[in-house]
Amino acid sequence: MVDKNQQVIDKTLEQEYKYGFTTDVDQTKFEPGLDEEVITKLSKIKNEPEWLLEWRLKAFKNWKKMSEPTWAKIDYKPIDYQALSYYAAPKQKKNDSLDDVDPEILETYNKLGISLDEQKRLEGVAVDAVFDSVSIATTFKDELAKHGVIFCSFSEAVQDHPELIKKYLGSVIPATDNYFAALNSAVFSDGSFVYIPKGVRCPMELSTYFRINATNTGQFERTLIIADEGSYVSYLEGCTAPMRDENQLHAACVELVAHKDATIKYSTIQNWFSGDKEGKGGIYNFVTKRGNCLGDNSKISWTQVETGSAITWKYPSVIMQGDNSVGEFYSVAVTKNKQQADTGTKMIHIGKNTKSTIITKGISAGEGQNTYRGGVKILKNAENAQNFSQCDSILIGDKCGAHTFPYIDVKNPSAKMEHEATTSSIGEDQLFYCNQRGIKLDDAVSMIVNGFCKEVFEELPMEFAVEAKQLIEVTLENSVG
Amino acid sequence: MIKIKNLEASIDDKTILKGIDLEIPAGEVHVIMGRNGSGKSTLANVIAGNEAYEVDGGSIAMNDTDITEMSIENRALEGIFLCFQYPVAIPGVGMAYFLRSALNAHRKHQGKDEMDALEFLNNAKAILSELGLDDSFLKRSINDGFSGGEKKKSEILQLLTINPKLAVLDETDSGLDVDALRTVAKGVNKFKNENNSVLIITHYQRLLNYIKPDVVHLMIDGKIVKSGDMSLVEKVEKDGYSWLEK
Repeated sequence: MVDKNQQVIDKTLEQEYKYGFTTDVDQTKFEPGLDEEVITKLSKIKNEPEWLLEWRLKAFKNWKKMSEPTWAKIDYKPIDYQALSYYAAPKQKKNDSLDDVDPEILETYNKLGISLDEQKRLEGVAVDAVFDSVSIATTFKDELAKHGVIFCSFSEAVQDHPELIKKYLGSVIPATDNYFAALNSAVFSDGSFVYIPKGVRCPMELSTYFRINATNTGQFERTLIIADEGSYVSYLEGCTAPMRDENQLHAACVELVAHKDATIKYSTIQNWFSGDKEGKGGIYNFVTKRGNCLGDNSKISWTQVETGSAITWKYPSVIMQGDNSVGEFYSVAVTKNKQQADTGTKMIHIGKNTKSTIITKGISAGEGQNTYRGGVKILKNAENAQNFSQCDSILIGDKCGAHTFPYIDVKNPSAKMEHEATTSSIGEDQLFYCNQRGIKLDDAVSMIVNGFCKEVFEELPMEFAVEAKQLIEVTLENSVG
Repeated sequence: MIKIKNLEASIDDKTILKGIDLEIPAGEVHVIMGRNGSGKSTLANVIAGNEAYEVDGGSIAMNDTDITEMSIENRALEGIFLCFQYPVAIPGVGMAYFLRSALNAHRKHQGKDEMDALEFLNNAKAILSELGLDDSFLKRSINDGFSGGEKKKSEILQLLTINPKLAVLDETDSGLDVDALRTVAKGVNKFKNENNSVLIITHYQRLLNYIKPDVVHLMIDGKIVKSGDMSLVEKVEKDGYSWLEK
């Protein structure tokens, strides 16, 4: 059985990445290299106000003084930041009408199953499509505007809502927060911007679809979501990239701000190219995501399904500043072939009666290495803070690894903390049981893994829960027996 | 129906089955009794194709199809069903989903249409009520947090849903109270007919008070040493197995 399992694990590794095609499109691209001139040029193309350029340059100055973090359990060759291009965009301006979008690009999104045509789009989901460094189109903008909801590309927001950008940019992730956040602050090119006004429940799911196409280009997007008092928004991001032999860098920043009584639900389905079976190519995903529950009774919930990237370095976090605020993190991370994921969360309790929940499911196959790294911090004034953490890992085959690093720092004695962690293999006995009932090995594996991930999938918006389930099935096809 | 010829099997280079001959025609219930370690459970597992065991010789055939080398799921689809002694839990996988997947795998193999959710549910509910189980049973994760009795009843629910050609009951009676034992027996009696067969592996007479076997086999050290009728069971209950070791 074990040998047979290994054979099928080997078979999985030969699985083709479905989204690995490239799009041939006329583009404007910067020469590789990074200095103040490049940043100034970028800012100029985007017609940014002076203060934003200064903000970028300050971040760049800081970044140069910082060094790349080495504490994560990931192993990769040093990145040559001067060999990357910091801007790549299809040769055309932002379009008001889809008719103006390069048909090649529309076709790309169609192939990815993302229709930008509002008529054909899933009902109740608005999409912002980001292709390399720029946003291509945002759907349902007018419909959303009727409710006062602003949903547009980050670049547009800089032009149309500078006061909001100035107020909130860097308010959750300071430009000097960490090495990759500083780099992003200096060179970010586009991303999505969302503002939900007071008391509005956003009438549809908002989503951004990130696509990296250009070679040797870093994608540095910046997303900012602000939920004003008493509002609610559910937001989803999806990501894919072509198969290329060289590694591509993706260093994003996502900032969320929830005011009093507001709720932000942020879901990610990340399926960047993960590299081939020798570990060649794939996306380096160094992402800083953080939400601030600024007001009382606010809530921020992160749900992520991570199946792609050669390297994942990502810790969506919540700062619970308001009293009675709630932070949640639900994660499924799959690593196969030579993928490495070091992911987790940080829950920082500042307000009274704040409550956080962490549920993570790590799945390792092939030679994948899956690390959960989570920090829970209860500050001195956080009376009656509560945390529940549950970190489960499952191993498929005997060459992969799962690691758990919980960090707990409690400064207030009234805190209640619960932590559970398990690691198990997909049992031969479970597979035997399913097979004995006539269920094929592949189906049995996906059944067992989906069962394992159930608590997380339940947190996804329904349309995407189905997508996530299928993604896991495709990813793990032939991974056993 | 099932024909086992001179079957030899080992685990971790230790020989357990040393030449088993067994034939169970359609419509018959056979019982295998024997001491702990005599190879009874090994036989059940080898019939089901558990790959932890190595078949060193002999053959197994179902309805004249040689299944000795067949994969676990294919022999299941050929009609072999094992009621597990220790059914394993699969957290997060709902009973209904699992059972319907299993049933439809069989139906597909038989060239039938898949059963839709509603028909399946009606079917399953009827069986549940006969087993004295609540409908909510279908919403639970397979064997996860089940009591000993619930686990065995879940096996019988699966047996009656899948309706195989051969049911192998591996100590299904162990650890059951009298009521649960009766329920399990009722389920098995409901299952058996002239077209299928049952192999019961047990230590005790008590299940056989409810299910009447046609043939009783006694197993010692990897071999069937004696076959006969119900009177063998009574003799074993009274005298144990040592009288066979001569």
